[in-house]
Amino acid sequence: MRYVEEFRDPAAAKALIARIGAVAEAIGATRAEPVRIMEICGGHTHAIFRYGLDRLVHEGIEFIHGPGCPVCVLPMARVDEAVEISERPGVIFTSFGDAMRVPGTKKSLLQAKAEGADIRTVYSPLDALELARRHPDREVVFFGLGFETTTPSTALTIQQAAREGIGNFTVFCNHITVPQPIKVLLDDPHMLLDGFVGPGHVSMVIGTHPYDFIAQDYGKPIVVAGFEPTDLLQSVLMVLEQNRDGRAEVENQYGRVVPEHGNPVSLAAMADVYEPRPSFAWRGLGEIDASGLCIRPAYAAWDAEAKFGIGYGARRARDVAEPEGTRCAAVMTGRIKPTGCPMFGTECTPETPLGALMVSSEGACAAYWQYGGRRGPAAAE
Amino acid sequence: MCLGIPGRIVEITDAARMTAMADVSGVKREVNIACVAEAEPAALVGRWALIHVGFAMALIDEAEAAATLEALRHLGEAQETLEQIAESARALS
Repeated sequence: MRYVEEFRDPAAAKALIARIGAVAEAIGATRAEPVRIMEICGGHTHAIFRYGLDRLVHEGIEFIHGPGCPVCVLPMARVDEAVEISERPGVIFTSFGDAMRVPGTKKSLLQAKAEGADIRTVYSPLDALELARRHPDREVVFFGLGFETTTPSTALTIQQAAREGIGNFTVFCNHITVPQPIKVLLDDPHMLLDGFVGPGHVSMVIGTHPYDFIAQDYGKPIVVAGFEPTDLLQSVLMVLEQNRDGRAEVENQYGRVVPEHGNPVSLAAMADVYEPRPSFAWRGLGEIDASGLCIRPAYAAWDAEAKFGIGYGARRARDVAEPEGTRCAAVMTGRIKPTGCPMFGTECTPETPLGALMVSSEGACAAYWQYGGRRGPAAAE
Repeated sequence: MCLGIPGRIVEITDAARMTAMADVSGVKREVNIACVAEAEPAALVGRWALIHVGFAMALIDEAEAAATLEALRHLGEAQETLEQIAESARALS
C-alpha cells in the first residue's frame, strides 16, 4: 500500500506529509544528510513498511529500525535452553507462535517439536496455566517473552498460579525492558540519531516518564506513537518540529491509549513478581545491564530456571553472536540496512531464516523482504 | 504478539479470577480484566478494550476500536491473532 488514497483518512495523511516536507526543508534535511529517526517498536517497523511511509515522506527523513522485536533480540543460547527444557521427560512446553521458528545454535522449537518434544503454541499464558490444571501429572512450562507489553500477562498468570497453588506450572522468563538498550544505542558514538518514535503499547504499561532520560540526559526528542499511518506521520512531524525548535521533550501522540503514568495494576504485578537481572544478553547488542527481568525468589516455585537448573545463575548454554556469514548485529543496531547483509534474500529468506530478524513480521529483514526498502533490495548500501 | 487486538467485553465469567468473555472480531475468547477493572467489574460489559495475549490492557472507545482493527487488518496482524486464538483452543483440547 503506497497510495495515500488507501489510508482511512487520506486528507489528513496528505496534510501531514506536506507539513513534514515543509519542516524537513526548513531544517535543511536532504537525502545525503538526512534526519535520522529511530522507531523503537517492531510493530512500528512493520507499519512503516506496510504503508510505505518511508517512501511517502520527504527524502530527507531516514527511518532507523530499532531493537524492538522481542524474538529478534532473543539470544540463540536462550532458544537452546528452551529446546533443552522442552525435551525433558514429562514437559509440555508452551510458547507464542512467534518464537517457534527462531533458530537456536542447533535447532528451533519447531524442529524440536518435529523430533517429538511436546511443544504447543498458545495465544496466552492463561492457556498454559489451563494446560497445567488439566494435566497435573505433567510439567507445563511457558516461554515468557516480550517487552513491558507482555510482561504483565506472565506476572498476573504467576500470581494466579500462586493463589491456586498450582505446582506444575513454571515460566521460562526472558522478559526484557525498552529503556536500557536505548541508552546503549545513545552511548554508541557511531549511532547518530536525531530523535525517536516511541513504542505505543509498551508505554501503555510503563507510561512516558521512563523515557525522560532521552530528552534530559541526551537532548533527543521522543514521541510515543500509535499504530495507524496518521499516528506515525503525526509523530514524525512532532519529532521534526522539536528538531526545528531546538527542543528535546518526551511527547505523547497516543494519549488515547497511553496514560502518563502507565497502567498501575500492571506495574504493581510486574514489581511483585519480577526483579531486574544484573545483565541480560541481547542478540546483536551483547550483555546490557539491568535490561532483563527474572522471577523473584518468593515465586521461585514458578521459575523454570530454578526448577530445571538452567539459564542465568546456573548452567548456561554457550552463545554465539550471530549466525555465520550474517550481519544481524549491524542490522539490529541500525548500522546497516538489511540489504547490506550478504545473506539477505540469498541464503536468508522468510522460508529459510538464518537470523531472527527474518523470522518475525516485526523484524526489519522480514519487512524489507516483504515490502522492499526505499533503496530496494538490488542496491547495496 | 506485541500489538493488541480490540475486543468487546460481553460477560463477566469469574469476578474472583478477574476473567470475562470478550468478542474479538466475532470470536469468543476468555480474557483477564485485572488491568482495566473498575470498582464493579460488571460495569465493563459492553466496553471495548485493547487485548494483549489474553489480557485487557486499556479501555478504548468504539471509534478507536474500529480504527485500530482496520490498521491491524492491513498489517495482517488481526488475522494472525485470530489464528493464534484458534490454535490455542486446539492446544487445550
